[in-house]
Amino acid sequence: MIVEIGHFALILAACVALLQGVMPLTGTATNNLRWQLLARPAAITQFLLLALAYGVLTHGALSDDFSINYIAGHSNSLLPIQYKVASVWGGHEGSLLLWVLMLSGWTVAVALFSRSLPLAMVARVIGVLGLISAGFLAFVLLTSSPFERLFPAPLDGKDLNPLLQDPGLVIHPPMLYMGYVGFSVAFAFAVAALISGRMDAAWARWSRPWTVVAWMFMTAGIALGSWWAYYELGWGGWWFWDPVENASLMPWLFGTALIHALMVTDKRGGFKAWAVLLAIGAFSLSLLGTFLVRSGVLTSVHAFANDPERGVFILILLALVVGISLTLFAWRAPKATLGGKIGLVSRESMLLANSVLLVVATAAVLLGTIYPLIVDALNLGKLSVGAPYFNAVFVPLMVPVIFLMVPGGIAHWRETRWQSLSRSMRIPAVAAVLVGLAVCFFTTRGTWLSGVGTALATWVIVGLVVQIIDRLSKPGRIAPSFWGMHLAHSGIAAIVLGVTLVSGYEEERDVRMGIGDSVSISNYTFELKDVVLADGPNYKALRANVAVSKDGVPFEVLRPEKRKYFSSNMPMTEAAIDSGWFRDLYVALGEPIAGEERQWSLRVYYKPFVSWLWGGAALMVLGGLLSVSDRRYRKSAMGVAS
Amino acid sequence: MMKPRQQRFLWITAGVVALAAAGFFILNAFQSNLVFFFTPSQVVQGEAPEGRPFRVGGMVKMGSLLKDGENVQFVVTDFTHDVPVMYTGLVPDLFKEGKGVVAQGQISDGGRFTASEVLAKHDENYMPPEAQHALDEAAAAKAAQSIKTEQ
Repeated sequence: MIVEIGHFALILAACVALLQGVMPLTGTATNNLRWQLLARPAAITQFLLLALAYGVLTHGALSDDFSINYIAGHSNSLLPIQYKVASVWGGHEGSLLLWVLMLSGWTVAVALFSRSLPLAMVARVIGVLGLISAGFLAFVLLTSSPFERLFPAPLDGKDLNPLLQDPGLVIHPPMLYMGYVGFSVAFAFAVAALISGRMDAAWARWSRPWTVVAWMFMTAGIALGSWWAYYELGWGGWWFWDPVENASLMPWLFGTALIHALMVTDKRGGFKAWAVLLAIGAFSLSLLGTFLVRSGVLTSVHAFANDPERGVFILILLALVVGISLTLFAWRAPKATLGGKIGLVSRESMLLANSVLLVVATAAVLLGTIYPLIVDALNLGKLSVGAPYFNAVFVPLMVPVIFLMVPGGIAHWRETRWQSLSRSMRIPAVAAVLVGLAVCFFTTRGTWLSGVGTALATWVIVGLVVQIIDRLSKPGRIAPSFWGMHLAHSGIAAIVLGVTLVSGYEEERDVRMGIGDSVSISNYTFELKDVVLADGPNYKALRANVAVSKDGVPFEVLRPEKRKYFSSNMPMTEAAIDSGWFRDLYVALGEPIAGEERQWSLRVYYKPFVSWLWGGAALMVLGGLLSVSDRRYRKSAMGVAS
Repeated sequence: MMKPRQQRFLWITAGVVALAAAGFFILNAFQSNLVFFFTPSQVVQGEAPEGRPFRVGGMVKMGSLLKDGENVQFVVTDFTHDVPVMYTGLVPDLFKEGKGVVAQGQISDGGRFTASEVLAKHDENYMPPEAQHALDEAAAAKAAQSIKTEQ
């Protein structure tokens, strides 16, 4: 019975979403104040209904109600409780329910934190979000209801995919979804501005904090996904150019460009049309990502469904969103006034160059991601685009982006004298060249690539130190957003350094080992002590004890496992990792060698600076947090300073 | 000294040239990194390119798996034709005889397929679409063949 209540709440939520979309938007068109006032209560009602539906599904998972088809397919009575909660978003239907719940959560946040915005603007934003929500709720109800019953109910569930039974999974999808869905707010603000026909700086100012928060979640989500792949897949890789990763990277790149374009629109009144286009693009790419991940067109751990009907539905939604918003754009954008005059050497020009580069990089990633799908859909054969393509294209495009981060920060708005700019860049330039040359020629495995990478990281770090010293020497209170920007930029430097060093200096060994055998990498020695049986709550495991010594001194014991889960009989590699500031030691246990007495294949990695990738992402998130905490920013976001 | 207008023109030209160059390099890299997929039947019939990486997929033939430490040999089959594969390294967790597999690599001088990457599935019940495609193609070809012989 309780399950049917959940289903019913979901249907009601869809009706409310439709009302929330249609009535306020009509109200603003006809100047009907009462209909505009409906926006906020409708948003809150929709959220409560969705929360109820979501709560019912979670209750089903916790109480092992296997008469629900979805729970039977993704949970199991032996599953630890945190994974039962996570199993709700471990599959297609439940994750879509989470998607709409989050959308509605963002809408409620807009409703609550926009008290000082003009009512018509709020009504339009909430209305647009309501229409998006109605589309997705129709999708959930018509093609992927999580409340379908299974009769007769099985005795036990099929269990959550063991790859997903991991703390990383508990937080990675919600984070990423918050990001994907969060871009809908920036999109709604942009569309609301288009509808109103007043593309002034105000909408940019209002949508800035929302965009930054969505971008923060997205950054954290992508980093968590990469971290999860690193330790859970047992390959030690951190980025595979997998279509699913690309699906999250593309809106992130657009979002990054959008944050910077919105800043120009807010401060200088320029780039209005460009910012609107980026907002539309970021959300469209989020929808495309949802399509790629959820339609089952891809071979991936994320591809749950293999139902073409679902893919077609999302494609139609995507086409509607892109089509309608671009038509609106074509109609309204000519009305946008241009901002102040921009000099060729100015902060604006460099921000523009960087956002163009980010868009080009996104286009290149998009080409490589969807070309195989298009070719397959047209029945022209099956092919894939190799990771070398993405590396060959993406890396060279990012070099100028990172290079421009320093002059972009130093340069003034409107126009900067070339001489003064080059004078400020002298110290970072000298430092970067020296470090790059030193790494290239004086490290054992140095190449020009590792030289360029470390030079870029040095360039950014020294560049921002120069900027901070310069700012400190000037009077006036320093806004938190200033620190936020530099913190986020230092995160980029950390990631560049991590990528460069781990790609250039990592050591990987796949070895065959018996008890007592050892292998040495760098100044570490790994000795296989023994292999024992170990039991977990819903799996059995073989656990190896690998003693690690550094320069001959015993250091620690790593315990990689090979697990076999009862319910699915699926083997899983659980790597053991010793994480440090400057290097990770990574050991994964492979198969026992056939025909040999107690011999196993082991994978032993030495990964320098790999944790800097995730540390860098954390710095970027913190930087975003500092920026939105800026009081000036929040005040203007509330519309006070407008 | 250039006039501001000429200067601007120069910058815009430089920008367009840079974008065109980026486009050229992107498409160039794209072209050389396309990895085509072939079914075992196609590989045996010589349709796969030599000296260029491609993917082959199907089932790991029962009884064909030979492991010697990190050196692995197995046969990919679509139940009509077989392709022997050599690989060095650890295979994925779900790599098994009688299960779907996709291998990426190239045909070396000896006419053998040497894999640089072995992809299995992420889930016990999931079949790589490419491997499924290979089996379907072979089954269809067989069916067509049997109709022909009946006639």
